[in-house]
Amino acid sequence: MTEHSKLRRIVPHVWLWLAIAVVVFPIFLVFVASTHTNQDILSAPMPLTPGSHLVENYTRALAEGTENLGASALTMMKNSFIMAMGIAVGKIIVSLLAAYAIVFFKFPGRSFCFWAIFITLMLPVEVRIMPTYKVISDLGLLNSYAGLILPMIVSATAVFLFRQFFMSLPREIAEASQIDGASPMAFFTEILVPMTRTPIAAMFVIQFIYGWNQYLWPLLITTKEKYYTLLIGINRMLTGADVLIEWQIVMATTLLAMIPPVLVVVIMQKQFVAGMTDTEK
Amino acid sequence: MAKQYEFPSKGLPYLLVLPQMVVVFVFFFWPAAQAVWQSFFLQDPFGGTMIFVGLENYTNLFKDPTYWQSFGRSFLYAALVAFTAMASALFLAVQANKKIRAASFYKTMLIWPYAVATMVAGVLWLFMFNPNVGVIAYFLKHSLGIEWDHLLNSTQAFLLVTIAASWKQIAYNFVFFLAGLQSVPAALVEAAAIDGAGPGKRFWKIVFPLLSPTTFYLLVMNVVYGFFETFPIIHQATQGGPGQATNILVYKVWRDGVVNLDLGSSSSQSVVLMILVIGLTIVQFRFIERKVTY
Repeated sequence: MTEHSKLRRIVPHVWLWLAIAVVVFPIFLVFVASTHTNQDILSAPMPLTPGSHLVENYTRALAEGTENLGASALTMMKNSFIMAMGIAVGKIIVSLLAAYAIVFFKFPGRSFCFWAIFITLMLPVEVRIMPTYKVISDLGLLNSYAGLILPMIVSATAVFLFRQFFMSLPREIAEASQIDGASPMAFFTEILVPMTRTPIAAMFVIQFIYGWNQYLWPLLITTKEKYYTLLIGINRMLTGADVLIEWQIVMATTLLAMIPPVLVVVIMQKQFVAGMTDTEK
Repeated sequence: MAKQYEFPSKGLPYLLVLPQMVVVFVFFFWPAAQAVWQSFFLQDPFGGTMIFVGLENYTNLFKDPTYWQSFGRSFLYAALVAFTAMASALFLAVQANKKIRAASFYKTMLIWPYAVATMVAGVLWLFMFNPNVGVIAYFLKHSLGIEWDHLLNSTQAFLLVTIAASWKQIAYNFVFFLAGLQSVPAALVEAAAIDGAGPGKRFWKIVFPLLSPTTFYLLVMNVVYGFFETFPIIHQATQGGPGQATNILVYKVWRDGVVNLDLGSSSSQSVVLMILVIGLTIVQFRFIERKVTY
């Protein structure tokens, strides 16, 4: 393009670095706080360079957590992981099957199913808190992994992404497999799913992060420490009555809660971006 | 739709959609129906009696000035968050889309915050602005003489949750704007440059209109985000307070239902919100449909 003055070339860098600073500063602060004693943090202003208590704080966070919490970050990490994996894998399987039925079969009620799924597209759990809670409680699923995972599997995005992908495939492959004598299920598992691996990977990244970052739902249904996820643990550490907030442990736990989803995005950035922008269409 | 090959099978498709339909019905339609049902009753919080009151929950709701106040707050909040997060993301995407060195580094650095949980964003900003330990609160007080206490000052509380919510949403918008910008044909922009259009004119007259599908999509998603998905930030940073200052609609559903155990009112509020979201979904779908078929 045109205009190539020196200033013009530098300006974008300045803006981008400024933005990165705004993005990174709060997280840097969390890291700094997680390497100091609580006393250092409470003595305003808190230090802005890393301290020497990193190992001590993280060991304590991972092994026992704060005094009022009763759950270690290790346990909570396990719960967050089970929940995130359960939601991601569950959604992908359920959605693949549904999209397969809707695209490759003609059956009475097909458009009813499509619309029933579609209407759930944007309705977040926040809107139907109390009644969903009641359903889970009636089913006896409070304080259980099933209770954490199942209601979160309701989402139309994955069905739509897979449906779109299936519709873009040449239909002859289905016909050919039929002529070759393969059953519809064999076609699904041996041909269709392997062909879909890119959208599946994209969906996995998005749904894993979605699951890991769930907050309101676990807040409602987990009252036993055994089932706390990391985010719930952080909330409980910050809101316990009559106790001093142990900021250094809270901040160490916060950082631990950020690492897995951030790693997933950084490692699978390409699939992630493709998956995000594909669901728009 | 063109005639396409479909498997000749009777029972199998039902079996295939069954898991999805079970989940949708048990965790979506059933609770939604219950919310509608409960909104017609006055219920004692300990699960005892239920008295049919017809539309009374709704009339009470619409007569309640705090509900309208919460409505207004939510719209203002969602609009501010959408504008701030979209404008800054678009600006940054334009910068990162230029042919500059280290462009891919910048992109990664601005995309990864997507993975930070909304709840964590609340904790981060709470930590910086906490009147006792917050670095920024300290700076504001000792360098600028601004006494920061979002637990007492409504404007500051509103500002804090707005900034935190916008901060969290920039990465999401950035991903979409960047993808949108990359699909703008370079030849078009260059032609305009040859015709003598300056950078500003090129952007507003060519690039921005071409981005309008992305912008519209993001607008709806950001409003939904501001309205509903920022619950964790409010819960973490201000708990709806001080007073009603940050008590947005979703937080009010939670506060009235879970904290104050007013199930009838909470249910009728849920129903109003559901209607709102379904309306937004239809708007979004109309738009997507048009885009696909033209």
